[in-house]
Amino acid sequence: MKTPREAEYRKRVGYQAALLGGFSSLATIFLVMGNISTKEPILIRHQEDLQNSLAEVIPADYYNNNLVENPLQLVPPGGKSITFYRGTKNNRINALAWEISGQGYAGKMRFILAVDNSGNILGIRVLSHTETPGLGDKMEVEKDDWILKFNGLSLDKLPQEQWQVKKDGGHFDAFTGATITPRGIIKAIVDALKFFRKNQTELLTLNIKKRSAPNVAKLTTGASSHE
Amino acid sequence: MNNDYRRIAKDGLWDNNIVFTQSLALCPLLAVSSTASNGLGMGLASTFVMITSGMIVAMLRELITPQIRIPIFILIIATLVTLVDLWMNAWLHDLHKILGLFIPLIVTNCAILGRAESFASRNRVLPAMFDGLMMGLGFTMVLVILGIVREGLGSGTLFANASLLLGSWAAFLELEIISDYKGFLLIILPPGGFLVLGFLMAAKRLIDDAQEKRQALKNTDVSTDNASLVNS
Repeated sequence: MKTPREAEYRKRVGYQAALLGGFSSLATIFLVMGNISTKEPILIRHQEDLQNSLAEVIPADYYNNNLVENPLQLVPPGGKSITFYRGTKNNRINALAWEISGQGYAGKMRFILAVDNSGNILGIRVLSHTETPGLGDKMEVEKDDWILKFNGLSLDKLPQEQWQVKKDGGHFDAFTGATITPRGIIKAIVDALKFFRKNQTELLTLNIKKRSAPNVAKLTTGASSHE
Repeated sequence: MNNDYRRIAKDGLWDNNIVFTQSLALCPLLAVSSTASNGLGMGLASTFVMITSGMIVAMLRELITPQIRIPIFILIIATLVTLVDLWMNAWLHDLHKILGLFIPLIVTNCAILGRAESFASRNRVLPAMFDGLMMGLGFTMVLVILGIVREGLGSGTLFANASLLLGSWAAFLELEIISDYKGFLLIILPPGGFLVLGFLMAAKRLIDDAQEKRQALKNTDVSTDNASLVNS
């Protein structure tokens, strides 16, 4: 790279600045092109992911619509909006699925939760988490059937004090060597079920597409864990 | 000329291996080598970036002045990695879900900058690309070996999820060596990666030492017996 006699102009600051600027502009152009060309496919992939996880938590005989289409958006006060995906049949909402999150041992865990129209859990799957592999990852359905034990439960069927790990006097097994993770999961689920119970009528009304913030503010108190 | 390429290949795969000899790129190495498939995916992605960055740097080596070479190299590498990240997200989505977190780590792979600086910027395009290929394959090799050991000891499987990476034909690679294995957590976690890597490096030293001894032995043989010199 180093030639013994380097041309004079190459040493000038202007040349170097122009060179660096030129490379930066080129890099920008390539990145913009890359971004534009992949935007569509990536969006489609994310939609497919969402559809797959929704289909996993809502049994097929509960709906005959496209789950991803026409979701309900609610904005809790001071929080980000929550998207509710609704499974309908004959213009009736049979199932409702939305994303919930809980605090795990090593960070936030994201789940998708589905309930039927009377608040019974249809299914829960983990979307992402950062728990210790081998210890705290038993909520993944590929690794353990722990998460399936929630299916069919509701706040009516299991009294509130039972929504805890056995160690704390509740109903659910903890993972060997990891108690904080299941605690966080159970808390997230209970909060979500309470939220559903509180806002049931609102959530199960089909024709609402978007709710204005003040109306929802009244409804969603106690939904702080969804932010 | 041929000798040059053989030298580059031997350097990349063994003598001057990024991990074994230069001890570079340990950050992405330890992060993804918990399974063999992840290691292979990361290795191939890194190899691709190394070949392309080698090509571009070698093409531009007359243009770039020494004073600003480092920012330009970093710019080139970062652009390539971002593009790979986008492409994989769009067209190899399942693999991206596994490796997605680690792709940006390729930028932190100082080995790529190291090769751009120490090889590609001083050589013509073809050798630079070949060097990128060989260094990348050497890196991939270590990743896969480390992945095999860690996956086998840690979770009792081999090449789990390989069909996500290579297509459904690769399903035959997915083995369960030890059924109903409870797992060995230490090996899966990053410290286990360091431990296994240490053993692998020691093994490489042993092999090198043995080879050197054999070479030395051969040389003394040669000095006593001139006839064998012609053959060797």
